[in-house]
Amino acid sequence: MTDTDAPLAVEVWRGAAAGRFQTFQVARSANQTVLDVVTNIQRDQDPTLAYRFACRVGMCGSCAMVVNGRPRWTCRTRVAAALGAASVLRLEPLRNFTVVRDLAVDMRDFFDKWQAAKGHFEPSADPAADFAVVPPGSPQRQAADAGIECIGCGICHSACDVVAWDRDYLGPAALNRAWTLVNDVRDRGNAARMDAVSAASGCHLCHTHMSCTQFCPKGLAPTYAIAGLKRAMVARALGRKP
Amino acid sequence: MTAALFLAQRLSAAVLAVAVTMHLATIIHAARAGMTAADVFSRTRGNVAFLILYGIFVLAVAVHAPIGLRNVLREWTPWRGRGLDIALAAFALLLLALGLRAALAVFLA
Repeated sequence: MTDTDAPLAVEVWRGAAAGRFQTFQVARSANQTVLDVVTNIQRDQDPTLAYRFACRVGMCGSCAMVVNGRPRWTCRTRVAAALGAASVLRLEPLRNFTVVRDLAVDMRDFFDKWQAAKGHFEPSADPAADFAVVPPGSPQRQAADAGIECIGCGICHSACDVVAWDRDYLGPAALNRAWTLVNDVRDRGNAARMDAVSAASGCHLCHTHMSCTQFCPKGLAPTYAIAGLKRAMVARALGRKP
Repeated sequence: MTAALFLAQRLSAAVLAVAVTMHLATIIHAARAGMTAADVFSRTRGNVAFLILYGIFVLAVAVHAPIGLRNVLREWTPWRGRGLDIALAAFALLLLALGLRAALAVFLA
């Protein structure tokens, strides 16, 4: 791909819940990312375009959008890979979020669900006085490690059909975070956390479609985290320690 | 409550996997063997094992179907809360009553 190729046609969602696609022509360049394209449009063609990014290197989780029908992190997605056989790049805001404007969505509901799932470390009123020794090979540590690299981009939430059907469902990201904490041996908040993830909007609603696992840009598997929570929920209901 | 329903749905599914297989195998066997209704009733009449097996089958259906239907309704309609739970508890009782009535009728036929 070179600068001499024909310009890339890009359809960008403009508006909020109601809106329309606006088509831009963007010059192609080698190894161009989808975020490069959006930035080009905003800086050179239409400064009113709303979108969100920060780190540009796949760490912050703020630039996620729906690209040609698939939720992706745009800073680490090359245009050529996103296009495939298509000739037009189509950019939409993340699904299952309230759109603020154009490609920017409101993340409040998403992070409120992390709080609702008790997705924060709970040291209790009487935390341990000394360093906790957590062997790297222990099953709990390995289970926590499997989900700990979440960057909170919202891609799994956008990909999840159950979130689309039931807006109260806590969703894969919040439940994945809860599962890492269930396996954190230093944490003292598991009773409240298991209550939260076992409530009406909790882990049992997952249909195991695995869309979250399919689309997670970090290669995490929230589906398995949710399966772990389901096992823990049943074990708890049977009076066993998860 | 959620955990109990989740567990009940899984356990009843396990029972149904066996019960449905048994039920289909019986039908296929009866049809291929050219059995008449009278032949079937002569085997099921007064057969306590039949009544117990089909009683368990009916019970598993009455547990499994309403929980699944409740999940479907929660996902596809705005119906929530006590009204939904009461309606599906009534549906469970209906399935149980109709199923046991049928099994008992075959047992007594």
